[in-house]
Amino acid sequence: MSIFILCIPLFMFLFLGLVGMKLSHKLTGFLGCLGMGACLTLCYITSFTYFFGGDFVNEAGERIQSILWNTTWLQFTDHLVIRLGFLLDPISAMMLVVIPTISFMVHVYSLGYMEGEKGFQRYYAFLSLFSFSMLGLVVATNIFQMYIFWELVGASSYLLIGFFYKLPSAVSASKKAFIVTRFADLGFLVGILILSYYTKTFNFLDMTSNPEGVFGSFEGATFMGASVLTWALVLIFMGGMGKSAMLPLHIWLPDAMEGPTPVSALIHAATMVVAGVYLVARLFPLYLLEEAALTIITVVGCLTAFYAAVVACAQVDIKRVLAFSTISQIAFMITSLGVARPEIHEGLGYMASMFHLFTHAMFKALLFLGAGALIHAVHSNNYTAMGGLRKYMPVTHVTFLIGCLAIAGIWPFAGFFSKDEILSAAYGNHWFWGLWLSMVAGLTAFYMFRLYYLIFWWKNPDFGHHTPHDPPLAMKFPLIFLAAVSCVAGFIPFGHLVTWNREPYTIHIDPVVAASSLGIAIVAILLATYMYRKENPLPDKLANTFHGLWTAAHHRFYWDELYLWITHKVIFNSICKPIAWFDRHIIDGTMDGFARVTQWASCSIRGLQSGNVQTYVWIYLIGALLMATVTWLCLL
Amino acid sequence: MIFSNILIYFVVIPLVMLGGLFLCRNMNQIRTVAVIGSTALLALSVYLMFDFLQLRAAGADDIMLYQGSWMWFEPLNIHLAVGVDGISVAMILLSAIIVFAGTFASWKITPLPKDFFLWLILLSTGVFGFFISIDLFTMFMFYEVALIPMYLLIGLWGTGRKEYSAMKLTLMLMGGSAFLLLGILGIYYHSAPEGGRLTMNLLEISANDAIDHNWQYFLFPITFVGFGVLGAMFPFHTWSPDGHASAPTAVSMLHAGVLMKLGGYGCFRVAIYLMPFAANELSWIFLILTGISVVYGAFSACVQTDLKYINAYSSVSHCGLVLFAILMLNNTAMTGAVMQMLSHGLMTALFFALIGMIYGRTHTRDIRQMGGLMKIMPFLAVCYVIAGMASLGLPGLSGFVAEMTIFVGSFQNSDFFHRAFTIVACSSIVITAVYILRVVGKLLFGPVQDEHHLQLTDATWWERFSTITLIVCVAGIGCFPNWIAGLLHDSFIPIIEVLTK
Amino acid sequence: MEKLPIALYIIPSLIMFCCGVYGFITRKNMIAILISLELMLNSVDINFVVFNRFLYPGQLEGMMFTLFAIAIAAAETALAIAIIVNIFRAVKNIDIRDLNKMKF
Repeated sequence: MSIFILCIPLFMFLFLGLVGMKLSHKLTGFLGCLGMGACLTLCYITSFTYFFGGDFVNEAGERIQSILWNTTWLQFTDHLVIRLGFLLDPISAMMLVVIPTISFMVHVYSLGYMEGEKGFQRYYAFLSLFSFSMLGLVVATNIFQMYIFWELVGASSYLLIGFFYKLPSAVSASKKAFIVTRFADLGFLVGILILSYYTKTFNFLDMTSNPEGVFGSFEGATFMGASVLTWALVLIFMGGMGKSAMLPLHIWLPDAMEGPTPVSALIHAATMVVAGVYLVARLFPLYLLEEAALTIITVVGCLTAFYAAVVACAQVDIKRVLAFSTISQIAFMITSLGVARPEIHEGLGYMASMFHLFTHAMFKALLFLGAGALIHAVHSNNYTAMGGLRKYMPVTHVTFLIGCLAIAGIWPFAGFFSKDEILSAAYGNHWFWGLWLSMVAGLTAFYMFRLYYLIFWWKNPDFGHHTPHDPPLAMKFPLIFLAAVSCVAGFIPFGHLVTWNREPYTIHIDPVVAASSLGIAIVAILLATYMYRKENPLPDKLANTFHGLWTAAHHRFYWDELYLWITHKVIFNSICKPIAWFDRHIIDGTMDGFARVTQWASCSIRGLQSGNVQTYVWIYLIGALLMATVTWLCLL
Repeated sequence: MIFSNILIYFVVIPLVMLGGLFLCRNMNQIRTVAVIGSTALLALSVYLMFDFLQLRAAGADDIMLYQGSWMWFEPLNIHLAVGVDGISVAMILLSAIIVFAGTFASWKITPLPKDFFLWLILLSTGVFGFFISIDLFTMFMFYEVALIPMYLLIGLWGTGRKEYSAMKLTLMLMGGSAFLLLGILGIYYHSAPEGGRLTMNLLEISANDAIDHNWQYFLFPITFVGFGVLGAMFPFHTWSPDGHASAPTAVSMLHAGVLMKLGGYGCFRVAIYLMPFAANELSWIFLILTGISVVYGAFSACVQTDLKYINAYSSVSHCGLVLFAILMLNNTAMTGAVMQMLSHGLMTALFFALIGMIYGRTHTRDIRQMGGLMKIMPFLAVCYVIAGMASLGLPGLSGFVAEMTIFVGSFQNSDFFHRAFTIVACSSIVITAVYILRVVGKLLFGPVQDEHHLQLTDATWWERFSTITLIVCVAGIGCFPNWIAGLLHDSFIPIIEVLTK
Repeated sequence: MEKLPIALYIIPSLIMFCCGVYGFITRKNMIAILISLELMLNSVDINFVVFNRFLYPGQLEGMMFTLFAIAIAAAETALAIAIIVNIFRAVKNIDIRDLNKMKF
């Protein structure tokens, strides 16, 4: 049965891609939703059977990792075989809930959002392709299968970002997303090569069930002062950094907002961008072998979380605010994995990371879909065109508020629980990480409520006769559903379901951490309320006072400019162009030079063969006389 | 009896087609002959593949199957010797597919359609003959037969600076074959131990193992460079951009798709197989050159503005990867090399076919003068995106399979030098993404650049047929790579054996 | 009958030959070149006859050869004149400096 989880979206992609053009929009949308709905049902059944069926628990009470099927796809050597398979374990079962849920919601939402767009069929085909790839990624049984689907999600992301292909900005955004993640994938690929060379396998289970064996197979090999295993793990993490938009490879995600908003909700908020987190979680037992790799992960996560939160405070485009908030939240998950140790609260960080992944997917998709509803209503991405919308769009307003409360970490919404676990894990590792993340959590609450107030309060703009209104039912339903999930998801006993060693345990909420983080969040929200509830000059004044900082944050600390400089000035102008010149003038010039030398040589001697008999006679005569003279002299 | 050997028909059918073409009076007759002939070749090669797999499965474990040998010139012991292993079967299949697609791509060739097809078919005779031969002399002869028509095909039916390009291409490849001839003669005079009968047969030479090490040091580089010129090895690749840019569509397809593969094929079939000692000792020199090819071609492609130049440089990069993988001298990498030959052959043929079709409509190949073609000719544009995705190694299409096999295989060499170059070669996947997406973004997406382009039409039925054939093959290899890997895998065992002896 | 010394035959013949060579090399008119050629041939003919007479008085090979040479020279001259006339008809010129259309 599990094979249909992958087959249905793949079939829908091929079907809609090949014959979709002949179908009407309604039928396409219906088929797309139907296919995804079927897939959703299958995923739910599989996942619930896994968690609650009881067949997948061994005698010791651990959940087992089970490979449902596995077929050979390509055999490299006797050991190294790429298989396509279906691995069911706590994290993949959890993802089997997250992905189809969000994907289905986005399918439904798009019925309203994309109505009447040219290329509607293409859009649904690509959504199916993405769902297929993402599901294939999470159920991968070996690291190469993961890489395959990793590339496929990248490609479907490329296609969807560039969906409005007539807009140059969408084209360049899609290109940027693909190339940046491709660059990161280079690291991933090299990491896979190194890891598989030493361990002689691609299979996750062979690696993670026997980390000591993996450690042993490296035989203490070192390269440039670090162990080769660290190199491999860090390079693999580099792939994750690219997909999950960690500093310094984050630049593609804000631009990816050029895609249709439901796509941003699905790919760039809830599912694809957490692939990096998922990758680290998948290989977590190996990461535990190398403290250095985990430290790097923690540092990258912390820096990114802070950076993205600061930038989010100074953005105008609401989708970009949400994009930076996504980056920041994913960095929370990454950090949480980085600080997780088996000995700290029984590996709490791992569980917290997965928990946050789950809740974040729900409320961030909600926020994005809410943003989509807003954009749909006012036809602009900027909050300057909004304001006071709470009266016009009550449903959007309430659901958006729930999303904001969830991400800010207010009890009893989902974000509170997961973020609290992350903070506990971070404090458990070192007070510094904990303090850092608490500060970022405060910033999160601040910028989210800044956004909320600027959209729904602030001022009462004049919309003229074109009054914004709540979206149609197809768009409202996903909002309400996801808002409901965001309200209750925190009460899921995650510790019983997903843990690093798959042994269930009960989560305790640390009262000190919980109270302090709640306090910080409330203070931040109050600050945002004070600053942005009503139109007032305070924010502008602040921006002018800290002009340098504000401008820098508004320009995302000039990372894009830096990359632009590197790609255009360094790579294009200093590498590609000289090489092309070298090829045309030096290499090709040499070859042409051979031809020219030959031609010159023959031109210079062809005068001898003038065809003028009189010259020949002259030469003959002189030659004959010379020879006669020489002969005569010799005889003498 | 010579005609009881199936392989001979790969040469006979094109020759019969040549005869048929001579008798043709009008375009329809020419098309009929070309389509029937190329379909027959395709059918025969598909049959050959299945028959080959069956024989292998039934336990035929000779190095080469369907062997046949007929004396041709007694005093020098030259035979017309044929035989195929998995690699040759794969290459024959590739050639047949591309000849088939190329026939449809040149459906409306003008002027002189008859002469065009005559030369094209003669070229394919050479290609097929080369792949079935196991005698060095016949191999060399067919190699030349494949090269010469190129001059006329480019010089007469080409575009742009066609005379210059045709001359350059022919002279450089002839230069390569001069090296090759020298190498073959050297091999011939050392093919048997003292007092034995000299031979040109590959299998006998390898079995005799009589070329002494000093001679190998001399002959290996010569032969490798000889074939390497055709495989577009740095720094002997410059015929490729000019040649491809000027060549007509079907010729570009056949040349990049098949003819460049002759180089790679010859490199391991002759240079490495017959001179394993020198191959082990000297491979590092060529690894450096081919490693440079891979990155260099990709970087050069990034700044070109002519579609065909972009593709030609991308071919330099991809074919560099073929030779690179061959020089890794292990089974996985070599399997990857042949897969890359197949993959590159198919997708470059697809690329050149599409470029030809686009050029035929817009009359320009400069990407700065085009844009938004997705709106104007959606079919061609979608095919172009698929070709691009195959080229940058998207899983599910052939490029990924080949590149990954190469990288995994290359990484099995455990010393720093090979590792470092493998990583350098890996980095080409990023640069490839850069130039492919650059072209796709400029050419197909964005606003329409030229108002006149709005009147252009999408692909005709024969163009669709040609491109779909190639796309199906590209996706076929990409989705089910294991059977092709299985077809190739055993064929490298003899080569690896002589290398490790 | 007293024989004249051989030098009296050979020296005029040599002079004739040298004149022929000189004319062949320097003249630009094709007719003049042809005449120079005839001069050379005739000087050789004289030599043949003379050496036959002085070295092998009883035999006739030299004489025979000379007759052959005269006959062939006549044929050759006729052919050459025909060519020259045709060229003249075609280009109105028989100066060899101007007749380089076929060169290269």
